[in-house]
Amino acid sequence: MGYLDDGDRRQLVEKALFVRLETLRLTRIAGAGHYSGTFSAAELLATLYYHELRLDPANPKWPDRDRFILSKGHAAIGLYPILAELGYFDASELETYTRLGSAFGDHPDMRKVRGIDFSSGSLGHGLSIGVGMALGGRVQSKDFRVFVMVGDAELNEGQIWEAAMSAGHFKLESLICIVDRNQLGIDGRTEDIMSVEPIEARFASFGWDVQRINGHDVDEIACAFDNTKNSSRHQPHVIIADTVKGKGVHRMELDLNWHVGNLNPEDYEEVYAELIGGGTK
Amino acid sequence: MTSETAATTPEEIGETAPGQDQSDVFRGVSSDSLVRRGRTESGISARSVPAFVAGEELADLAETDSRIVVMTADLASANRLIDFQLRHPDRFFNMGIAEKNMISAGAGLASTGLMPFVGTFASFASLLGYEQIRTDCAYPGMPVRVLAHHSGMSLGYYGSSHHALEDLAAMRAVADLTVACAADGNQLRAMLRASLDLKGALYLRLGRGRDPEVYATVPEDFEFGRASTLREGSDATVIATGSQVHAALAAAELLLERGLSVRVVDMHTIKPLDVAAVVAAATETAAVITVEEHNIIGGLGSAVAEVLADHRLAVPFLRHGVNDEYVLIGPPAALYEHYRLDAPGVLDVVEEFCRMRRDEV
Repeated sequence: MGYLDDGDRRQLVEKALFVRLETLRLTRIAGAGHYSGTFSAAELLATLYYHELRLDPANPKWPDRDRFILSKGHAAIGLYPILAELGYFDASELETYTRLGSAFGDHPDMRKVRGIDFSSGSLGHGLSIGVGMALGGRVQSKDFRVFVMVGDAELNEGQIWEAAMSAGHFKLESLICIVDRNQLGIDGRTEDIMSVEPIEARFASFGWDVQRINGHDVDEIACAFDNTKNSSRHQPHVIIADTVKGKGVHRMELDLNWHVGNLNPEDYEEVYAELIGGGTK
Repeated sequence: MTSETAATTPEEIGETAPGQDQSDVFRGVSSDSLVRRGRTESGISARSVPAFVAGEELADLAETDSRIVVMTADLASANRLIDFQLRHPDRFFNMGIAEKNMISAGAGLASTGLMPFVGTFASFASLLGYEQIRTDCAYPGMPVRVLAHHSGMSLGYYGSSHHALEDLAAMRAVADLTVACAADGNQLRAMLRASLDLKGALYLRLGRGRDPEVYATVPEDFEFGRASTLREGSDATVIATGSQVHAALAAAELLLERGLSVRVVDMHTIKPLDVAAVVAAATETAAVITVEEHNIIGGLGSAVAEVLADHRLAVPFLRHGVNDEYVLIGPPAALYEHYRLDAPGVLDVVEEFCRMRRDEV
């Protein structure tokens, strides 16, 4: 039982595994990578791209497409493989990841990578970009929607709240903010560094429709996305997705050392096997 | 261009008594609110023209260009973008006092095919919004047009928090960003029209909205990156930008009577700089002096110096501007006089430099 039918659920779980395995592979090319903040977002990215977004990979600039802004740009390593698999570019191009002259850096560049709707990397900007895109859709009477994924520690950035205030003011119902609530910043737990809770109350007070879900449960994610479509209230939507940083790999879960890291060859095989075997539950 | 209409002191270009001449900052200077002044002692007529014509001009352009949208940060009256709001309310967004969000949202709007013009005080646009201009506008190549008004020290006794004497230095270092300064309302109109065909992001530096007229009509031949030579001369070239073009022209007029023939170049585009115009000035005239309402570090003077050095041009050269300091408290007119950034001041600076050279020779 669940929100999705079994086939859809199985596909999304497989795609989330694909994101994690590709992250392992690309990190090996680069020599270091953002493992844990990508693993926390794997189900969210998979459900967005394989279930929710209105896209045409053959026409990446399609004016009516839904937009996705990865404001936590350091998880791009998990997004590039999805775009390749959907056909935005040839998967073999990923072999150049982070090498001199590559289109693919640690943070995504929309002028270099087909399918990236906006460049990101400097935390705190993406929600404002999304506000602009949603206003752009309104001005042009288009019905596309705009999804922005922010990190939880990113909520420390003041510009997030400028954007939240304006989205509430303009009642941007086409804007959906996803908070990857993976508990950790770089130096430690968000609540020890600079607390971000209560996230629901904070967004609600800015005029947002708020949902809080398990961000590793594809049924809950898909349901939350549908709820934003079915809402009759003219409000921007935030989905606070409770996740585990490093999800799927025991040694990485909620361990600060894997925000950026590099597995040695033996550990790589072990982690690969762990993920293939179903990962941590 | 009409050097005949140049004024010699700021009081003659539409200022009221010092101490009261900032009363209209937040009300803005609308097309019909300026009194045109008469002639000065020197026989040069002074004519103030409304310079904050962006709202009006963009409203006209938006009649035929559906890409245009306008945003401001709680300054629609001060910058007269309200003139756009009144005619196109559905294409206007007041973003409140949140400049970073405004600039980033402008970039988001641009990514959907629109062309946002975002206006706020130059100090906030350039320094508070610097990273947003770089990372969200220039880096992704978004056609955002930043209207950075009340630049330089034009907010007078509001103090250094409200001054922008570093913005050209900051903006010039951003790749894929066009940086330009409007000398008056007519040139601003030309710039806005030209911006519709400009690729990438634009930082447009504006004065205080009551700038004296430099161009009697909208210059039809305006082109970003191509400087305008407004007056010929051989003893020196004054390369000026923005508010200082008028001062330079007025100074050149008076210097002719004192036996100095001065070329005046309106270097309206700081980036890409018109390198040929700088080389011509250095090879065809006996000295080069840059004049800008900006720190002498990093702005027009530095840009010109780089060209001279790169081309191994050994010409007597002076940068005139604000000498790396926070300026005094005072009304704009008094500040321009104190820092020799009005016509008499520029006249003195140019004459001293030219005579000093002659004495040394």
